[in-house]
Amino acid sequence: MSKMIFKFFSMILLSMTLISSAFATPVDTYEFKSVDNQKRALELAHSLRCPQCQNQNLIDSNSPVAQDLRLEVYEMVDAGKADNEIIEFMTSRYGEFVLYKPRMEAKTYALWLGPIALLLFGLLIGFFFIRKQRITEVDEQEISAEEQKELDKLLNRKDQ
Amino acid sequence: MKKRLVLFIPLVLFLVMGVFLYKGLFLNPQNLDSALEGKPIPAFQLERLEDRGDVITNESLKGKVSLLNVWATWCPSCKYEHPYLMRLARQNILPIYGINYRDERAMAIRELNRQGDPYTVNIFDHDGRLGLDLGVYGAPESYLVDHNGIIRYRYAGPIDQRIWNETLLPMVEELQAAAKLDGAS
Amino acid sequence: MIPELGHLSLIIGLAFAFLLASVPLIGVARKDQYLVRYAWPLSYGMFFFIFLSVVVLGYSFAIDDFSVAYVAHHSNSQLPIFFKIAAVWGGHEGSLLFWVFALSCWAAAVAFFSKGLEEVFTARVLAVLAMITIGFTLFMILTSSPFERLFPVPMEGRDLNPMLQDVGLIFHPPMLYLGYVGFAVSFAFAIAALMGGSLDSAWARWSRPWTLAAWIFLTGGISLGSWWAYYELGWGGWWFWDPVENASFMPWLIGTALLHSVIVTEKRAAFRNWTVLLSIFAFSLSLLGTFIVRSGVLTSVHSFAADPSRGMFILLLLGLAVGGSLTLFAFRASEMKSPARFELKSKETMLLVCNILLTVACGTVLLGTLYPLLIDALNMGKISVGPPYFNAVFVPIVLVLFVFMGIGPNIRWKKTKPGELKAKLLVPAIIATVVGAAAPFLADGQFNIWVMLGVGTATWVTASTFRAALDITKDKDGSFSLARMGRSQLGMIIAHLGIAVSVVGGTMVSNYSIEKSVRMGPGISQELAGYTFNYIETKNVVGPNYTAQQGQVEVTKDGEFVTLLRPDRRQYNVRTMDMTEAGIDWGLFRDLYITMGDPLSRTQFAVRLNYKPFVRWLWFGSIFMMVGGVFAASDKRYRTKKVTEASKADAKKAKLATA
Repeated sequence: MSKMIFKFFSMILLSMTLISSAFATPVDTYEFKSVDNQKRALELAHSLRCPQCQNQNLIDSNSPVAQDLRLEVYEMVDAGKADNEIIEFMTSRYGEFVLYKPRMEAKTYALWLGPIALLLFGLLIGFFFIRKQRITEVDEQEISAEEQKELDKLLNRKDQ
Repeated sequence: MKKRLVLFIPLVLFLVMGVFLYKGLFLNPQNLDSALEGKPIPAFQLERLEDRGDVITNESLKGKVSLLNVWATWCPSCKYEHPYLMRLARQNILPIYGINYRDERAMAIRELNRQGDPYTVNIFDHDGRLGLDLGVYGAPESYLVDHNGIIRYRYAGPIDQRIWNETLLPMVEELQAAAKLDGAS
Repeated sequence: MIPELGHLSLIIGLAFAFLLASVPLIGVARKDQYLVRYAWPLSYGMFFFIFLSVVVLGYSFAIDDFSVAYVAHHSNSQLPIFFKIAAVWGGHEGSLLFWVFALSCWAAAVAFFSKGLEEVFTARVLAVLAMITIGFTLFMILTSSPFERLFPVPMEGRDLNPMLQDVGLIFHPPMLYLGYVGFAVSFAFAIAALMGGSLDSAWARWSRPWTLAAWIFLTGGISLGSWWAYYELGWGGWWFWDPVENASFMPWLIGTALLHSVIVTEKRAAFRNWTVLLSIFAFSLSLLGTFIVRSGVLTSVHSFAADPSRGMFILLLLGLAVGGSLTLFAFRASEMKSPARFELKSKETMLLVCNILLTVACGTVLLGTLYPLLIDALNMGKISVGPPYFNAVFVPIVLVLFVFMGIGPNIRWKKTKPGELKAKLLVPAIIATVVGAAAPFLADGQFNIWVMLGVGTATWVTASTFRAALDITKDKDGSFSLARMGRSQLGMIIAHLGIAVSVVGGTMVSNYSIEKSVRMGPGISQELAGYTFNYIETKNVVGPNYTAQQGQVEVTKDGEFVTLLRPDRRQYNVRTMDMTEAGIDWGLFRDLYITMGDPLSRTQFAVRLNYKPFVRWLWFGSIFMMVGGVFAASDKRYRTKKVTEASKADAKKAKLATA
């Protein structure tokens, strides 16, 4: 019961945070030092998750935390910091949750290798299935070849 | 026979997935783990809320097991939490340091005057820089810090009697016992 | 009084569903034809009362009856009338009612169009549909009734969420639900076939048009959602790999696989178990989607307010429906070998490979969507899986799929003639390689592997599809006659071309979009992609339930007037939310897109300018797909009269084959 009350209040908290910010799309007028910087910064911000929102990246979200983090990314890119430095900055404060591209580590092996494994597995099964029923066809052909001979014999006899 | 067993595979896979979906109903995906547990309070140098001239740093927060509470006047859940913090402060178990997050000084001081001030010290984090370094993603949030200034636990959401008794108090007692061994409190 | 009638009507509909789920099946067991025949009037009755229920809810919205809690939470007297009606499906309770309504529509349709089908079989199908209806209607009545009253009655409603106040709301959810729920029909067909113990090509023939119909609606629903997000959210994104979006995409992927698998089952009596399994999967994924959206297990911008107790109920429904059907499958699926044989190089193999690829693609999306939950449930922390992951794993799989998609229509059933494939496909392959290789350099002057692959495979699919069309319409003496092409084949050609068109759209817009965030105010000009944007003035506009500041931006190219764009920032009266409406100039080969951001001074705003090349092709492609689907579904062999004769002959053949 009290768990539900807590959930109710945290939902209010979240919804109030969202209401107080505009649902309008955020537009920043940050001036980058170069076009390349802008490109890199936007890409990076696109791949980072807003810790406060309902599944939005830093670019789409209007929440204050997202704004702060977005500006932080812009400034760090302009200061010449490398991508992994910026990612390290974010994850050391907010954890792995903010990465939309999960790191390759023990707990995500299944995630990254799963698709390839699934593909190979599927194709293998398909291949074996086709081969199995194809071999039977070869048998059939053999049988019909024999039958063919008999047929010929019969037909020859008939002609005579 | 073998084929019959193979036909059961989809059912088995579904049941496994079902178990995880069931477990998922009891989890809260919005509740983030703190990346700072086990790490020291980030270095900062900010003014006290009430007194512009008085500067507080992360060093000032060392020496005692304490509770860091992130709050603001624009946060409704903080108002819900406030009476309980007052009670907690009166019990004098541990100092409560406030971090006034992204707020207006005048409004914050007015609120404290009106509703009461449970905070030993209130840090004015106007830009939210300290909040960002702490990994704050909503208010209120509370951090349990040990006597060496290491963050031990982060609780996101308003603290009430149940949360205090069930989760926080045991940890506080443990940390204070450890602190005593070290000669601090 | 009226809302209570609506509630009552729902309960009566539930009663009809109970009867429909039991009486015909009792009749089948007792070989009592009279009881079996009850299925038809019961289906129509169930539909009628649920329809009445929806009408009552719509009426409550229309007359601003704020004593109904659902109406009070999602409407307002100032809301335009069409949004009031659309608000019926704007929230959890109402959308559930619509879900059940869609199901009853499909059930009534199956009852109406089933004249050529075997009676016992159809009765079973309707009974299964009724069982699903019972589950969801009970869920509604017990936990989420849209007819609950509110006391004291508020003077005004809370207004519909401004993000939903858009024409997209009027069409997207209905189409999506009709699609989702439509796969219940294929599901019911599969269950009925398993119950009856006969998985023959006749079953596949009957099931196919229903699968096509559901697929058409789902395609429309998904692309409408994408289009709506594009122009509503303000920055031109069209797919986010959000859990709720994935929840609709997975049934689509399996549905596409099912569509093609059922062709093989119909024509060659092969892949029977696989087709049945896909039918079960498709609807299971729809149910999983319903669970994800309403339970709060995964975080999403699209989810309804999360409530774990609702989630528990839906999980129960999911468990019963999917668990039950998979158990039935395990016990009843055919253990016999199919009579069909085919070579490695044959149409059957191509369809099998494409099926595998589609299923793997769906499995990948499922893995990525549920993985954060998996990690959290195993107490290993909280991670996020987003677009970088999905794009990295999904795109390669579908690129391979496209290659095979080109071969499939051009290869023969059973065994390909040696050398024939090469002769047919050499030219398309060359064209595709050349166009693909040249594309990035023509667009940008720079090398780009993704553009090469995307445009290349799309060209490949186009060229090879045209080649297949050529061969179908060509007569032995070399003359062309469109009449030789069956509607099914025409449908395939149009739908496959649709995929190619969408792929080109997606590739170009993902790689060549340009955006610029600038400060603009009266008198300021900015340039983007060769166009000049002149901000003329800001007008204050008053709408029915909002006020707005509307920018007037003139766009010119090389001095010539192109268009006047009018982006605005709205403040809604009731929910005091700020909303931006983008100003879009849409074109065949590019969109120009303006969003107004925060005001930076008394006259100036932060403005984002976007150039989006080929973005409309994404949705043109899906229109092609839907048109193709309609052609395929209206093929001669599904028209009633011919079905009776053909199905009788087929039934005889099938009996011989399975004997």
